[in-house]
Amino acid sequence: MTLAEKILAAHSGKDKVSPGDLLSVRCDLVLSNDITAPIAIREFERLGIPHVFDPAKIVMVPDHFCPNKDIQSATQAKMMREFAGRQGLVYFEVGEMGIEHVILPEKGLALPGQVIVGADSHTCTYGALGAFATGMGSTDIAVAMATGEIWMKAPTTIKSVYHGRPGKWTGGKDLILHTIGDIGVDGALYSAMEFQGEAIDHLSMDGRFTMANMAIEAGGKAGLFRVDSTTRRYLKGRTNVKYRVYEADADAEYSRVIEYDASQIEPQIAFPHLPSNARPVSRAGHVPIDQAVIGSCTNGRLEDLRLAARVLKGRKVDPHLRCIILPGSQRVYLDALKEGLIEVFIRAGAAVSTPTCGPCLGGHMGVLAAGERCISTTNRNFIGRMGHVKSEVYLANPAVAAASAVLGRIAGPWELK
Amino acid sequence: MSHKGTCHKYGSNIDTDAIIAARYLNMHDATELAAHCMEDIDPDFLSRVKPGDIIVAEANFGCGSSREHAPVAIKASGISCVIGKSFARIFFRNAINTGLPLLECEEAVDSIKQGDMVEVDLATGTITNLSSGQTFRSKPYPGFMMEIISSGGLVEYTRKKLPGAK
Repeated sequence: MTLAEKILAAHSGKDKVSPGDLLSVRCDLVLSNDITAPIAIREFERLGIPHVFDPAKIVMVPDHFCPNKDIQSATQAKMMREFAGRQGLVYFEVGEMGIEHVILPEKGLALPGQVIVGADSHTCTYGALGAFATGMGSTDIAVAMATGEIWMKAPTTIKSVYHGRPGKWTGGKDLILHTIGDIGVDGALYSAMEFQGEAIDHLSMDGRFTMANMAIEAGGKAGLFRVDSTTRRYLKGRTNVKYRVYEADADAEYSRVIEYDASQIEPQIAFPHLPSNARPVSRAGHVPIDQAVIGSCTNGRLEDLRLAARVLKGRKVDPHLRCIILPGSQRVYLDALKEGLIEVFIRAGAAVSTPTCGPCLGGHMGVLAAGERCISTTNRNFIGRMGHVKSEVYLANPAVAAASAVLGRIAGPWELK
Repeated sequence: MSHKGTCHKYGSNIDTDAIIAARYLNMHDATELAAHCMEDIDPDFLSRVKPGDIIVAEANFGCGSSREHAPVAIKASGISCVIGKSFARIFFRNAINTGLPLLECEEAVDSIKQGDMVEVDLATGTITNLSSGQTFRSKPYPGFMMEIISSGGLVEYTRKKLPGAK
């Protein structure tokens, strides 16, 4: 069995699971946010049972439009806060919050071997820790909150193997953008993705979160990594819970195996309006930009900010553009502050925001006007994603976004003097 | 259960931001959401759509975010069902869970043109293009999914099975 099949079998009381099997799966963690929780709460209440199945396994995070951007989002956040309080759920208020997919691993809530379901498509991020994690809608989450179980169809698994070692400026973001560019936005539709190979073995935890996070942009149901010394080091001190580690069998059956030479993958740019419109930065041409956003559940972790700071240190962002940097959590913010990264950003002329998903989905803290172009370390560049329908989003890694902020056009850090 | 209506045709990879933009996710009432359905890619959608009408789309309809607001907005705009070549996974679940029927049929999508009058029989999966006279058959749903649909959604289906539910 593949890694996904192993975890699903263990959570559905089966010895063996094959692609296409319909399963009732036990959930270890059930997640929602200020956008999806209001509907989940309404549907939960329609179920007519008084309590959630286990309040310690249900997490609600106000991150999308929080701190509240307007009266309506404040009303939705209030609804979630009150429900979480009534039911005794795991809830992170603004002062200790962050982007859900940054803080759940950080606080040791997401662990290897778990099944995690979330009313957010980027729930697949936790696959970086060797969990089977997948996004769903609010009604599914309402049922999972009530019963602790959810139906799933066991997916096929696509294995991507990254040979060799990537170059200096190529990170997890570039490997995954290149992969999505190769297989398309529905290349892994209904499938789990497993990431392996030498480049993956040497990839940091933050780089793995970035890759797993974007499995959904290829249509993937989950994006999984095997647990290794990097994973164990990350988990040390974050949890006392004994987690179970699953390994794919040597004779596991994959629907497709794709091999890449990571040493040949240059930093990537995904042009509007699909994440699959990826090409090397060196072939981007002259693209002037109005805004650079560095942050999000994809690239808002400490390593991402370190990369941006390495590029911005002693330089100034182009005065004609706005550079907005959003640490993914209060922990990341504090660590960045202690390391002096925040000072680098402010001296470079970048704005530093409190953690929020905000600009990624055109919510707040960096919405685009008609005709504006943004280079962004986020995950989607759909039409109107970050604001006006006639605005454009270019996806990139944090070093490329920072270099572009300095030069006022899409550029790699190697172009800086 | 059958539906008859005019078809509104779309291309591949229609994402949930296009179906309902995130700037409207500060609300969750179906009627309010429907007022902005397809706004960014088809501003005339709401003025054209009549109750019972059908959306016909190429591959990967509903890709992107997990927002259930997308099928909810489509359904509340008056659309009776969506015929597509394929559907994004989360959108598929959300549509079934909230009672928006989806039919997967490549041949029907290739044949149906913008403005065609089409009749759909959900029980048999039969799609009849009344404008051209052609008939197609969509992929059947697994039994339990048909049960969710006929119960009126996942909440109603679960209530029947939950011993503690009132």
